[in-house]
Amino acid sequence: MARFGMVIDTAKCVGCMDCVVACKTENSVPEGLNRDWIEYEVQGKYPSLHMEIRSERCNHCSNPPCVYCCPTGASHVHDLGGVVLVEHNVCIGCKACIASCPYDARFIHPDGYADKCTFCIHRVEKGLDPACVSVCPTHCMSFGDLEDPNSDVTRLLESRNHHALIPEAGTKPCIFYLV
Amino acid sequence: MIQELTTTRHNELIDPTLQIWGWQIPIYLFIGGLVAGIMIISGYLVLKGQYKKNVFSCFYLPQISLILLSAGMLALFLDLEHKLSVWRLYTTFKITSPMSWGAWILVIIYPVLFLNTLIRIPERFQNVIPLFDRLSAFINKHPVLIKNIGILNMFVGTLLGMYTGVLLSSLGARPLWNSAMLWMLFLVSGLSSAAAFVHLITDDAYERELLAKADNAFLTLELFAFGGFISGLLTSTRVHIQAIRLLLDGSYAAYFWVFVIGLGVVVPLSIQLLAVNHKIKHSPVAPMLVIAGGLILRFVIVFAGQESHWTSGWIR
Ligand code: SF4
Ligand code: SF4
Repeated sequence: MARFGMVIDTAKCVGCMDCVVACKTENSVPEGLNRDWIEYEVQGKYPSLHMEIRSERCNHCSNPPCVYCCPTGASHVHDLGGVVLVEHNVCIGCKACIASCPYDARFIHPDGYADKCTFCIHRVEKGLDPACVSVCPTHCMSFGDLEDPNSDVTRLLESRNHHALIPEAGTKPCIFYLV
Repeated sequence: MIQELTTTRHNELIDPTLQIWGWQIPIYLFIGGLVAGIMIISGYLVLKGQYKKNVFSCFYLPQISLILLSAGMLALFLDLEHKLSVWRLYTTFKITSPMSWGAWILVIIYPVLFLNTLIRIPERFQNVIPLFDRLSAFINKHPVLIKNIGILNMFVGTLLGMYTGVLLSSLGARPLWNSAMLWMLFLVSGLSSAAAFVHLITDDAYERELLAKADNAFLTLELFAFGGFISGLLTSTRVHIQAIRLLLDGSYAAYFWVFVIGLGVVVPLSIQLLAVNHKIKHSPVAPMLVIAGGLILRFVIVFAGQESHWTSGWIR
């Protein structure tokens, strides 16, 4: 079974926020809310500092606490690629899923349901890349099937050092950052 | 060595710290715990045969519980962002979701409490609905039924009390709530608030004495549960230590030490120990402090828990 994921090259990302704008436009994300965002992390001791810029979003975890804790089944794993989605009209807005996500990837849409990145499933079903991936000017993002040994994402992970976010939370995130 | 994180995200209710649950959820958890405690105490008093007495405070306990529980459910309902879909809770049962268990436990509680009201219908409600009087007469003809209703109340009350803690501790993303002691803490806190509540409303000297003694035991147990809760998190990972320090010496320390531990447990326990040893008279002060402490405990745990988090920084 396919398992969709993303691989993002932090050596190429310049934090231009095109992915953020593309997502907001593509998915009509309401003003003041974000399905994806940029995180800057600076580490080290002056003068030897290291900076990583990351485009972050829901990690479409393979062990998703947000799906397990949802009392109505609105949060679910889609058959296509294990993408984690929310059925808007089934969601009661109890916010358990928001509390359960270690990445704070979810928020409440003004219409009263939990919302987050969908990996642009409506585009992926048509064979397109998610909006953020397709607009990135540095081509630092790749999207594909992590289970397919010949996919770009698998090859990148095999050839480069990478890390995921908060793996110790046990959620098995499907977004990886090349270092 | 620095580690600095800057984010462009600014989602309402999430940034800078999670604030998705306001006053409604602590109130819901407090009332849930209180009703759980009342059910256990009332079930116990039924088993002890107290219902045969004429002055029996517990005449009114199931009725009061029904009202309190409905108020708790109203608080939960007010918290929902999509209120019109609330019925969706009852179109499925999700074994992995404590929120789903809670929804169904609440459905079981209403009939169990209702059966408890039928053991002894208070005078002013007698002959109002003949069916209830007939059911009550039937139950009273079969003492074994009464006994089973008492046991059922204690059992379901325990489930409810445990659930209020499990609801939070199942949310692994908030380190302060990742404690297997939380259900125990909320259960004993619910029991002590309930004992204090019954102590306040009862006219029966035997019950007052019994509940003051029971409350002392519950408050002592609560101190042990706090010990387990704190030491469990303090000996865990970095994020868990940071989380519990919010209560020990962080932004919630004043509320925790003064209102929850001091005025909510230690002071009333001391007053009630003197009272049960006949050094001073029983007064409403201690039970009121216990109830207020239980309420503040839920607020502190829910709010500080939302502030606790895993750091998203990747340490190389
Ligand atoms: S990142 Fe959060 S919202 Fe997305 S699948 Fe994982 S736990 Fe769920
Ligand atoms: S807010 Fe909606 S999607 Fe999230 S747990 Fe509640 S019902 Fe499920």
